[in-house]
Amino acid sequence: MVTIEIDGEKYEVEEGKNLLDACLGLGLDLPYFCWHPAMGSVGSCRQCAVRVYADEKDERGRILMGCMTPVADGMRLSMEEKTVSAFRDKCIEVTMANHPHDCPVCEEGGECHLQDVTIMSDHTTRRYRGQKKTYENQYLGPCIGHEMNRCITCYRCVRFYNDYAGGKDLAAMASRENTYFGRHEDGVLESVFSGNLVEVCPTGVFTDKTLARSYNRKWDLQTAPSICHGCSLGCNIAPAERAGQIKRITNRYHGEINGYFICDKGRFAYDHVNSNKRIRECSVSINGQAQTASYSAAIEAVQVGITGAGLDKLVGIGSENASVEENILLKEMVGSQNFCSGMTAARQNILREILNVYQNPAIDIASMKAMEACDAVIVLGEDLLNSAPRMALSVRQATRNRSYEMAKDARIPLWQDESVRILAQETRSPLIIASVAGTDLDEIACDTLLASPEDIASFGFAVAQAIDPSLASVNINAEMASLAQSVAGKLIAAKNPLVISGCSLNSLSVVQAAAQISAALSRKRSNGSVVATKTSFVLPASNSLGLAMLLDENSMSIDDLLAREGTSSAIVLQNDIFKHADSSAVKAFLKNSGSVIAISQLANATSEKAHVVIPASSFVETEGTLVNNEGRAQRFFEVFSSDNPSMKDNWKTLVNIARALVNEFTEAKAPENLKAIAKVHCFDDLVAYIENLKGFFGDWNSVAPAATFRIAGMKMPRQPHRYSGRTSLQANIKVSEKKAPVDDDSALGFTMEGAPINRPAALNALTWSPGWNSNEAINKFQDEIAGPLRGGDPGLKLLTTKNSDAINYVPPDTRKSELIAVSQSRIFDDCELSVLSSALAQRAEMRVAMMNQTTADLYSLSDGDLVSIAVGESKASLPLVIDRLMPTGVVTIPDDVQTRKDLSAALLPNACSVSRGSNG
Amino acid sequence: MNLPLTARIKPDGSATHLGEYCAAQGYEGLKKALAMAPADVVNFVKDANLRGRGGAGFNTGLKWSFVPQGEASATPKYLVCNADEMEPGTFKDRWLMECDPHQLIEGMIISAYAIQASVAYLFLRADYNLSAQVLQKAIDDAYAAGLLGDNILNTGYDLKFYLHTSAGRYICGEETALINSLEGKRANPRAKPPFPQVSGLFGKPTVVNNVETFCNIPHILLHGVDWFKELGIGEDAGTKLYGVSGKVKNPGCWELPIGTTVREILETHAGGMQDGLKLKGFLPGGGSTDFLTEEHLDLPMDYGTIAKAGSRMGTGTMIVLDDHTCPIGMVLNLTQFFAQESCGWCTPCRNGLPFVRQLLTDIESGKGRMEDLDTLLEYCGYMGPGNTYCALAPGAAEPIQSALKYFKDDFVEHIEKGCCPYAHT
Repeated sequence: MVTIEIDGEKYEVEEGKNLLDACLGLGLDLPYFCWHPAMGSVGSCRQCAVRVYADEKDERGRILMGCMTPVADGMRLSMEEKTVSAFRDKCIEVTMANHPHDCPVCEEGGECHLQDVTIMSDHTTRRYRGQKKTYENQYLGPCIGHEMNRCITCYRCVRFYNDYAGGKDLAAMASRENTYFGRHEDGVLESVFSGNLVEVCPTGVFTDKTLARSYNRKWDLQTAPSICHGCSLGCNIAPAERAGQIKRITNRYHGEINGYFICDKGRFAYDHVNSNKRIRECSVSINGQAQTASYSAAIEAVQVGITGAGLDKLVGIGSENASVEENILLKEMVGSQNFCSGMTAARQNILREILNVYQNPAIDIASMKAMEACDAVIVLGEDLLNSAPRMALSVRQATRNRSYEMAKDARIPLWQDESVRILAQETRSPLIIASVAGTDLDEIACDTLLASPEDIASFGFAVAQAIDPSLASVNINAEMASLAQSVAGKLIAAKNPLVISGCSLNSLSVVQAAAQISAALSRKRSNGSVVATKTSFVLPASNSLGLAMLLDENSMSIDDLLAREGTSSAIVLQNDIFKHADSSAVKAFLKNSGSVIAISQLANATSEKAHVVIPASSFVETEGTLVNNEGRAQRFFEVFSSDNPSMKDNWKTLVNIARALVNEFTEAKAPENLKAIAKVHCFDDLVAYIENLKGFFGDWNSVAPAATFRIAGMKMPRQPHRYSGRTSLQANIKVSEKKAPVDDDSALGFTMEGAPINRPAALNALTWSPGWNSNEAINKFQDEIAGPLRGGDPGLKLLTTKNSDAINYVPPDTRKSELIAVSQSRIFDDCELSVLSSALAQRAEMRVAMMNQTTADLYSLSDGDLVSIAVGESKASLPLVIDRLMPTGVVTIPDDVQTRKDLSAALLPNACSVSRGSNG
Repeated sequence: MNLPLTARIKPDGSATHLGEYCAAQGYEGLKKALAMAPADVVNFVKDANLRGRGGAGFNTGLKWSFVPQGEASATPKYLVCNADEMEPGTFKDRWLMECDPHQLIEGMIISAYAIQASVAYLFLRADYNLSAQVLQKAIDDAYAAGLLGDNILNTGYDLKFYLHTSAGRYICGEETALINSLEGKRANPRAKPPFPQVSGLFGKPTVVNNVETFCNIPHILLHGVDWFKELGIGEDAGTKLYGVSGKVKNPGCWELPIGTTVREILETHAGGMQDGLKLKGFLPGGGSTDFLTEEHLDLPMDYGTIAKAGSRMGTGTMIVLDDHTCPIGMVLNLTQFFAQESCGWCTPCRNGLPFVRQLLTDIESGKGRMEDLDTLLEYCGYMGPGNTYCALAPGAAEPIQSALKYFKDDFVEHIEKGCCPYAHT
């Protein structure tokens, strides 16, 4: 720590920071545009100028840019001195010379950093008498709006899009005051991180087009802390609602997970909440005809169906997409021997293995923040930009560690972003990627291997063996063996290596190979004490790990369930069994079941065959807990309360079913498990219930504050304090103001009243501070700039190290080569909910099958052919693309919603047959 | 008078070809240099006190000495010639390149050897078509004669040499913007550190020098430090190419001992003002330097003296303002140029210059207000040294601030009369 003096006050600040960072960290309002806490300093906007004095005697000092000046012990500076504040005023004066002042019709108005800085810099009077410059705007696709006239040329957009996120189709063009930020021609922005431009842009050049469809100001949007359900990473988000519709999703800062950025799926895949394709009414099948029913009638029908078939024969089918609470309630209701994970046996085994590996002392589960500090990365079998996009962004930052080393040697501060990039140019830390069909990160990888899932596993085992020669050797070709040697060398040389793998290839061997590498590295690096290796597995869904942790030796997979006889009734929770097995087996199972109850958001093959269908709450209409891929439990909260009486929280529906079942018994005879569930009345009860369960894995109370939590007697508001139109919002229906819903299930209220400050991070989605209306206000909520949120980043890490055997797998024998169909991750159309986003549907890549020329020749296929790919009894038809880099003997199939209808992608990788198909 | 830089220039202005060049001691300096250790060449040039002729006046040998050397140092090292001569009123490098290309090439080979560069780039202003043709032929001839390429003059030293013609931006004259441009990036100046000598072109050690600077090198090597120092009149060493443009009788460019007085340049060589015109002021070193006036005529044109007088020697090429030309019009013209040539990186330059241009336009067209004069002065301070990312905007402010100092009456007259008093109807 060093002491600096700012306008006569002495402060302790951390050495090595720049002045702007230090001032903001102290809570001082020093304005800026081009600097960004995640992207560092470039000194372009000159807005953060301060006057710095050489010593005590120096009365003149000189103007320096806060973002470009390192703090030094004894430094004396002024933010308020007249000439330097006049300098900042002039920066605004010239910046605003061409700005259109169209705030009333600008989407950014009310959360505009330019507005805030203009006020902060005291600039009020316009002196410029010339004409304003105008620009043509571009069509940038369905997600991002473009209004170049508002641009203040801070270069943040291109610095994020290109430098930080590796995009290629956005650029600064032309020069002087005519600098233009856009694409070379109109067209959809390609990067899956393009949505962050909306938040990175300090004004309204890049705006959220999905919000603009039916626009509301930030201050009129109701919001609550939420967790993205789009993949397994658990990025923190803030969905925003007005009048029963989700209007947009923004990033909610979490120091360890998403930081300042989320992917476009997380931001734009919310249309399903508002969709008219959702199930919004209960239905009960009467004589084979589905008929609309009231919620209570539906619950009664459920009870009748279950009781009629025999309570002991009730099966519960859970879901990786449902919360821990929902899965627990279902499991406890049916008993663990009757609980099915809703996953294939293969996937269940992989998840169990990952859970074991994660708890091994050789493994250090890496958060995304931790990944960014890793100086060598190996990725086995994951196409991160599609399977865990935000992680790809962190891996990209990890490759910069070599440049930070170079900067340290050259004594350049690491936040001097441009200097560091000049110094390093194309020099990067090692990144090794083994995938089936190549990934978009390959361009920054030092080594890539395109191979079949089996070969990827073998390669992984070979790398582990090269690190630790005492391991069993692997039979692979010379080329792969020499690559494995070289890769091992790079991993050993690293100070802080990272191993990433996951479930995308649905291959246990790949996961084991990755664990083998981590363990080998751990042994190699141990110096008496254990040095665990940073490791991360990408999982299939938002709560895969939470569900896996609930499973016990009795729990069934879908395969177990279908093989079992004597099931009479089943509750299917947010799942579609047809996705996980051959349809004939599922049909047989459903036919034999007396009563099938589907709790589902959308109609699917299972719900169509169900006897009772109850609408499922979406993630913004309920609360619950998800466990992300690093075993971090995170609570999400209800953003708005649906006034549809048929749409209840899923956990409440399960409780209601339990109550209906209990009511059939006398108090004494009712089963204890159902009685306990029936006593749950609010979410705090549910948490207490879960805490009391024998063998439960976490301190559920500490995931987030309880519903009874108050600050000075007040709840936390969901609405900003300037929320307007409360009395008139529904005046077209009824003039009297509707009473705000009461929330018994969280410490959040559905009003603008509530604790104005000191809200715990887990309960806060309102990023606002006096004078800071934009998302830049997050500075005011952090312990240190870009560090943890005040009071600690929310969530609870559940996994601890257990004493267990050293990881030492025997590499499996590779099978004789045959044609293997492998599913390929897809970011935008991999789930039924995200495809309902009209914006993302337009951005999904073309659906194609891919193989190399050699493979195509074997089957007499050529590029562009429509091919029919048969796996088991099901078939998919896709246009063929020949990719010369792909391994022989492999055909890829997009892992998207359509494929899952055509064939069970969960059964891949699998042997298949291909033939030239015909249209139709 | 000993005028080494232009001694070989033929009266008809056609390029000196390789044979002619060699016949006049050409490439003798190179031979001498190649027989020395590279570090000795650096020290030799440092001792000669050759100051950078691009305008900054930094000791050339000292600049070279910052390049990390030795086994562990980064390779390849690059040498770049800044031939992006775009300073308004400046046309000295063009003369050297069009008329004596081998002098430049020899200077560059020696310099490259001194810093142990293996690749040299000549970054040439876009509009210099004749220079490009002349230089390319000279480069080809030098390659054919074994003066470039592998194993130069059988000494084992290799140098690749490329002529790169610019796309035409003033900012490319800033050495780090030039480097960005060479890399194919936007021609924005770079943050320093890292300095180019340590991490320049493609992240490797790089030295960028001006054409005239390089042209001095062969002569220093050939004739020695003392000889070079004696060429100058005052404390600076060597000769300098001085130029004059504006309404003088004989505008042009001359090689003279560094430290020759302004009066001698203006009256003896440029022939004085055209008949009927009086000298009102002059920009001593190109468009981005402060005005000086008649009272400064007897000052010697060297770096220190001109700086003391409140301006900069810059490129050493003066622009003369006469009493029949509107000073506001002249300053507006320059400001328009600089506003247009801003790279667009930092706010004071990108948006400040157009703001000033608007004020000057208003004043020149008779729509100015008296308070605009204070605003103008405020803005000159706003764009001043240290407030901007590079020297473009501070340079652009120099003629404006000094015009306000010396020609304030003209500004006031424009505003009071509501028109330009110099305008001819």
